[in-house]
Amino acid sequence: MTAFLALLRRDLRLALRQGSDAALVIVFFVLAAVLYPFAIGPEPGLLERIAGGVVWVTALLAALLSLERLFLADYQDGALDLLALAPEPAPLLILAKVAAHWLTTALPLMAAAPVVALMLGAPATSIAPLMAALALGTPSLSLIGAIGAALTLGARRGGVLVPLLVLPLYIPVLIFGAAAVEAGMSGAELYPPLAILAALLLAALPLAPLAAAAGLRNALR
Amino acid sequence: MLSGKGLACRRGERLVFSDLDFELAEGELLLLRGANGSGKSTLLRLIAGLIQPERGVLSWQGAPITKEDYRAKLAYLGHLDATKPELTPREDLCFWLGVRGKIRAQQAADLTLAHLGLEGLADLPCRLLSAGQRRRLALARILASGAKLWLLDEPFTALDEPAILAVRTMLSQHRASSGLAVMAAHGAALELAPSLELVLGGHAAEEKA
Repeated sequence: MTAFLALLRRDLRLALRQGSDAALVIVFFVLAAVLYPFAIGPEPGLLERIAGGVVWVTALLAALLSLERLFLADYQDGALDLLALAPEPAPLLILAKVAAHWLTTALPLMAAAPVVALMLGAPATSIAPLMAALALGTPSLSLIGAIGAALTLGARRGGVLVPLLVLPLYIPVLIFGAAAVEAGMSGAELYPPLAILAALLLAALPLAPLAAAAGLRNALR
Repeated sequence: MLSGKGLACRRGERLVFSDLDFELAEGELLLLRGANGSGKSTLLRLIAGLIQPERGVLSWQGAPITKEDYRAKLAYLGHLDATKPELTPREDLCFWLGVRGKIRAQQAADLTLAHLGLEGLADLPCRLLSAGQRRRLALARILASGAKLWLLDEPFTALDEPAILAVRTMLSQHRASSGLAVMAAHGAALELAPSLELVLGGHAAEEKA
């Protein structure tokens, strides 16, 4: 546990001192969302209808941006070797890195999400379901992303490979995340999509670090 | 304590070395020698457990190396320093001590940094350090780890005379307190009185011929 906290604290500190990366993700998120009204016209009814989906898709793409770097810096400067030799089990350390990734990218995204949703004209009643769905869904995105980041480590053009590997795996989270927003707008039962998002998270929580650990072992060989 | 029997390792298509035997007891230093590319680093990574041997067995205290309790016993210095440009040496050292399960290690960290002549630089970001100073920081991690087995890949790279001297002292103290070390090095290592020397590179030469 000490190692988990030490790694989490270090990664947060590094993110804080580098600063610009988290800002880049937010700027991408807002800019990409702003493109939609330009492309499909400012018709309020239409935008209102798709706002939830747009927020989910753009947030997902923005989260992808930062995934490549999840293990890359540690891999290139040799720190990953030392982490692999730490007495703690590797999946636990991976979980610490994923937690730091979530705190530094998904959390700022969640702060920007209601603003973007309202800008697109989403009804105020859909904001709470959107936030609940993002809170349950984005940790899964970071966890699944870690698998892709670990598998593409050491590959040439790994940054291009990550989305190819990871995006198909993101689809379940996207479906039920958007369904939760939809339910909030239509007044339907909110519980089922949120429960499924929670179930996805509970499955990803132990499985993704194990898979990522196998990927990292392979990359270090 | 640490022994390898019939070790062979393949990297890609190439058999880097084969039929390698060694046996290391407490307080002993195994020096790996050989030309560039002869497999010194590979052997160190193999002993660390980062890669698996193609053939042969590595054992620690008579038992084949099993992951976690063996990992807690070793400290590995790779050819990369694993320093972060944004962190200070003190933060870096405290972090790696934390990874080894040591909390509130600031005092121990400061003491170790002083040992390697980094006390004046403890609060400077690592991006301002020279290559030799970063190497010293990487060595400080080894010294602070309290590990029984040190695996050192070219520890003297980029070091100046006083630092080389400090590393020699650190090694002889480690051996005096019954620690083991495996080291890959060139010239500067000759005065270390290694217990064993392993010259690698037979195979590389063979393949060239």
